[in-house]
Amino acid sequence: MLHDMLVTPFTLGFMRRALAGCLALSIAGPPLGVFLVLRRLSLMSDVLQHGVLPGIAIGAALAGLSVWAMGLGGIAAGLAVALLAGWLTRRTGGREDSQLAGVYLLALAAGVALISMQRGVDLTHLLFGSVLAVDDMALYAMAGVATITLPVLALIWRPLIVESLDPGFMAATGGRGGVWHLCFLALVVLCVVSGFIALGTLMSVGLMMLPAVAAQHWSASLAGQVRASVAMAIVASFVGLLLSYNLELPAGPAIVLTAGALWLASIAVGPYASLRLHRAGSA
Amino acid sequence: MGPVVTPAPIALHRVCLRHGANEVVRDLTGAFAPGSLTALVGPNGAGKTTLLRAIAGMHLLSEGSIDRDRLAPSDIALLPQGSRLDRGFPVSCLQVASLGLAARLGPFRPIGRPQRAAAAEALVAVGLPDYANRPIGALSAGQFQRVLFARMMLQDAAVLLLDEPFSAVDARTAADLVEILLAWHAQGRTIVTVLHDLALATQVFPQTLVLANEAIAWGPTAAALSEANRIRSGLAIPVRTDFRRHAA
Repeated sequence: MLHDMLVTPFTLGFMRRALAGCLALSIAGPPLGVFLVLRRLSLMSDVLQHGVLPGIAIGAALAGLSVWAMGLGGIAAGLAVALLAGWLTRRTGGREDSQLAGVYLLALAAGVALISMQRGVDLTHLLFGSVLAVDDMALYAMAGVATITLPVLALIWRPLIVESLDPGFMAATGGRGGVWHLCFLALVVLCVVSGFIALGTLMSVGLMMLPAVAAQHWSASLAGQVRASVAMAIVASFVGLLLSYNLELPAGPAIVLTAGALWLASIAVGPYASLRLHRAGSA
Repeated sequence: MGPVVTPAPIALHRVCLRHGANEVVRDLTGAFAPGSLTALVGPNGAGKTTLLRAIAGMHLLSEGSIDRDRLAPSDIALLPQGSRLDRGFPVSCLQVASLGLAARLGPFRPIGRPQRAAAAEALVAVGLPDYANRPIGALSAGQFQRVLFARMMLQDAAVLLLDEPFSAVDARTAADLVEILLAWHAQGRTIVTVLHDLALATQVFPQTLVLANEAIAWGPTAAALSEANRIRSGLAIPVRTDFRRHAA
């Protein structure tokens, strides 16, 4: 019985592919998410995941429904939105949130309109993803993104911390904070596009952000938060896919819901800044 | 960190600094001698912070020049007031202090065991021996300023620029940090410190630059802080001056 529920699903090819894809997402995305959370750029992940949609639509229009065409279109659009957001931040002196909300609503609407203009493109697949239909190409793309993201993040780790922690010190010691920030945003764009393949543009950052937000409640060190976020993303991938299989839920929402449940549990009982400690502290 | 030899004075020639349309420093000429310890005083809005940033090479001059001789950018360390450092970031005191070394190591060379040992030593030197692994979020304002002094210590720069380093800390911490400043002075570093506390300037700083958009006085502290100069700069009635500036 337990064997049927936990092991049998992964004897099926499409479930194994889905799991491999999600593990790639779980390893690459959450460390970036931790930095987004710490830099108070969580909104940025929303903006980017909607921002890539017009690019994906244009890629599909020009070259058909291939992972590469949509992926490259999405990456180009994501980078454009990231640069636009950076410009808005400078223009508004850090009060860019309302402008960014405008950007992502516009991008989402434009993307949906562009896709609807084309025949034979299933909007639902693009918006909600199709993790159970991941083909070899998509799997290579997701694994490739993870393979690029981790070493680059390791390389820019310290300057990125300095830039996030104390931009004034970065500037005072002659560092170019903007360069590291752009490198970092480029990685985020890669991971958003990679997440889109599995989870669709509406939830592509689900596996990146929810474990990262939850990780704040599990460690007081940056490395600890990164480890916790990756571990939770992996658990969410496994459990989400099993829930999807056994309860006949759509896979993307099942994974994101599991990640969300882990987040709520972390807020409730995690060892740092959780409700449990709050109550214990006030009692 | 051993004694350092400061290569040359930092000479300012007819320096003008702007903040947008406002000219905040006018026609400033003079030099910070090698190894000098200078208090930079003046009313709010006098251009003190902008001048420090200009000396550090972080604010473009609208006119004039600053001759830093052979000083490299890493030879000048700046501690801004009320650092923009994000205290919510999950890093330890040791990690923040060791960033002083990172400035010289560059972005990619690793911080290894000798660097961590040096950072731990610096934390001991600023009076935080047991704080290496504490997260910075748990520190008081005074303790945090000590960590920033440890970081500055590790930058091992010939020129140290500090913007009101004692303004937000308790008296005990201020006294300890002044001792560290004097130790740096004894090592031959050139130090410029923005101050509000004129008594402290008189007690501790041999040189004073009184700035009120232009130089009111620059020289030995006792003469520079004469009553005439204090009135001329607006320092003698600081409360009223502040009020009027804010109202304008």
